[in-house]
Amino acid sequence: MPYSELMVKPMREDMTRMGVKELKSVAEVDEALGAGEGTVLVFVNSVCGCAAGAARPALAEALRHGTRPRHLYTVFAGQDLDAAGRARSYFAEYQPSSPSIALLRDGEVVHFVHRHMIEGRGPEAIAANLVAAFEKYCAEEGVGKREE
Amino acid sequence: MSGHVFHPGHEELHGVTVVVDGASGRTYVGRYHERVPKGVVMHDVGILDPGSATESRDAWIARQLNFGVKVDHRHFVIPTEEAGTITPLGRFQP
Repeated sequence: MPYSELMVKPMREDMTRMGVKELKSVAEVDEALGAGEGTVLVFVNSVCGCAAGAARPALAEALRHGTRPRHLYTVFAGQDLDAAGRARSYFAEYQPSSPSIALLRDGEVVHFVHRHMIEGRGPEAIAANLVAAFEKYCAEEGVGKREE
Repeated sequence: MSGHVFHPGHEELHGVTVVVDGASGRTYVGRYHERVPKGVVMHDVGILDPGSATESRDAWIARQLNFGVKVDHRHFVIPTEEAGTITPLGRFQP
């Protein structure tokens, strides 16, 4: 059962403040991910402590890096159920967990950060993992090049 | 952040994805919740039963690492007599 929107509002704002677009419906997810072009990061947000203390700060730190995915999206597991489920269908070979982070390039998953890779780790270590993936998979699109 | 627990009052492994070696030879992977007199309470648990498995324990754990834990039970209690060594999944190498 979803939490009160009042409670999760700051968790949503954590994402939008760093320039990540929320996808809150199946239609929005399909519009964003359906084209399967370029590099796309999908952050599966969560109410749990490892999202607040590790995963969200890690992404914020990683996005300060010059090279990053062209598109940045987030869905909220446990809150926007249909949207989260639809987004997960675009990386269905990976078991659902939250928080988690999928990096796709031309529709294919090239990097995935599972919840178990976030638990017990600080934001710096997770950010380093993301930055390495950005360098490896996003550099061709240009340093810091990103569309809203 | 090592050892930091976001829910005050819980055990250190609370919320951590762990591998539990069963005395029966089964292997359990899931989120550790707490230990109670009855056993170890876990969430989102996958179970490898060597009697029916088509892959080795190492291969199965590697698959959980690479593709996430395939959940067989949303909530599961591993009986005390069955629950052996508990290791965070993150300590295994893919």
